[in-house]
Amino acid sequence: MRLPNRLAAAAAALVLALPIAAEAHRAWMLPSATVLSGKDVWVTVDAAISNDLFFFEHHPLRLDNLQVMAPDGSPGKAENQATGRYRSTFDVKLDQPGTYKMAVVHSGLFASWKENGQNRRWRGTPARFATEVPKDAPELRVTQSQSRMEVFVTSGKPSDTVLKPSGEGLELAPVTHPNDLVVGSEARFRFLLDGKPASGVKVTVIRGGIRYRDNLEELTLTTAEDGGFAVTWKEPGMYWIEASVRDDKASIKEASQRRAGYSTTLEVLP
Amino acid sequence: MRAYYPAMAGLMLGLPASAADLAIKVEIPRLSVAEYHRPYVAVWIERPDQSVAANLAVWYDVKLKNNEGTKWLKDMRQWWRKSGRELTMPADGLSSPTRAPGEHQLSFAGDKGPLASLPPGQYRLAVEAAREVGGREMLRIPFQWPPKAAETAAAKGEHELGQLSLSVRP
Repeated sequence: MRLPNRLAAAAAALVLALPIAAEAHRAWMLPSATVLSGKDVWVTVDAAISNDLFFFEHHPLRLDNLQVMAPDGSPGKAENQATGRYRSTFDVKLDQPGTYKMAVVHSGLFASWKENGQNRRWRGTPARFATEVPKDAPELRVTQSQSRMEVFVTSGKPSDTVLKPSGEGLELAPVTHPNDLVVGSEARFRFLLDGKPASGVKVTVIRGGIRYRDNLEELTLTTAEDGGFAVTWKEPGMYWIEASVRDDKASIKEASQRRAGYSTTLEVLP
Repeated sequence: MRAYYPAMAGLMLGLPASAADLAIKVEIPRLSVAEYHRPYVAVWIERPDQSVAANLAVWYDVKLKNNEGTKWLKDMRQWWRKSGRELTMPADGLSSPTRAPGEHQLSFAGDKGPLASLPPGQYRLAVEAAREVGGREMLRIPFQWPPKAAETAAAKGEHELGQLSLSVRP
C-alpha cells in the first residue's frame, strides 16, 4: 500500500463501503475463547484485516470505535489495547456471568466526483463532508456506509441482553445463541436492516484455517422473507459470517445511497 | 421415605421405584505421557433427547485456591453445555476431587439423592472426561429406569476413559 499505515488501516476497516476492494480483504475479530468457566475470567481478542482467515498478514484493525457491552447491557472495558504491524489486540475481563459483546461500529460517508477530468474519492464524517467535498462537483455521488463487526463471548450460562438489535444498519439477530454452536446441529439466525427483517441478503460463511486447505469451502446463503437463515455446522472451528446490502435509505441527508455491512466470528465446538 | 397410604396407590404408580439401585464403575486409564494431569470427569443421566435428567458426579480440581479449578470445567464440553454452566461449583454431594488412574466405584440408591426424583423411562448414563493438555472422551450406556431385572452393561473408552460399567438392580 502507498497510503500511510494508519490511513490504510482505516480505509480497510471501511472495506465494506468499497464494493470493488471488498473482494480481497476480510476484516475480523478473533476471541481467544467464546465459552468460559470459572472465576477471574479473561478473553483476549485479535483484530485484523487479512485475506486468509484468521491469519494476521495484512493490516491491523483500528480499535477507535470499539465498544464492549457487558451481560447487563452496561459498557465494559477493553484493556491493554495495542496495535501492531499486522494486528490489534485487547483484553476484556468478564466480571459478570453471561454473554459479552465486543463490537466495532462505523458510520460514515463515501463520496466520489470528477475534478478537472480526474476521479476523486473521499471518505469521512458528515462534519468533515461540509468543508472537504465540493457540493457542486460534477458526477458527485455520496454513499452512506454503515458497518458493524461483532464477537460474542460467554462466561458461565449464555444470556440475551447483548443480542438485542440497536435498530441501525445491518445486524444479526440470533435465534440460536451465538455461543451455543455445536457440530451437527442446526443454528438459526436472522438479519435485520434498521431493525426490520432483511430478506434476500446474501450471507457468506467461511471456516478459519484457509491457509492450510486448497478449497475455500465457502458457504453462500440467502436470507428468507423473515431475514432468517440456517447453518448446519459440518466441522468445528471459528467461522466468519459476512453480509452486506445496498439501498437508497441513507439516514444522512447528504447521501443518496447507503451500504450496510455486518460481520461476526462464531465458534463451533465439536 | 414418604408414608404409604392405600388411597395414594394410584398416584404412587407414576412415581419412581424406591428400592432399585444403580452402580457405576469408571476406569481412568494409566497413561504414559510427558505431562500428566488427572482428568476432569462428569457423570450424569441423560434422556433420549440428550437433555440432562440428573447429575451424578463431577470430579474436578477442587483443591486449587480461590476455586480456580472451575476454569477448566468447560472442557467437559457436552456436560458444560447441557448442565454444567447452570450449576455453581463446588456443589454438595456432586463435586469431589479428581481421581487417580484406576477403577472407581459410584453407587446410588433409588430412594435417595438424584435417583429419587427420576421418572420411569429410557435413559443413558453419560460419562465425559477431559484432561488438561490431553484429550476429551465421552461414553454412554443406555438403561431403563426402574430396572425390571438386575443387569450390567459396559462400554470401553479409547484414550481418556477405560472400562465403564453400569449395573442396575430392581
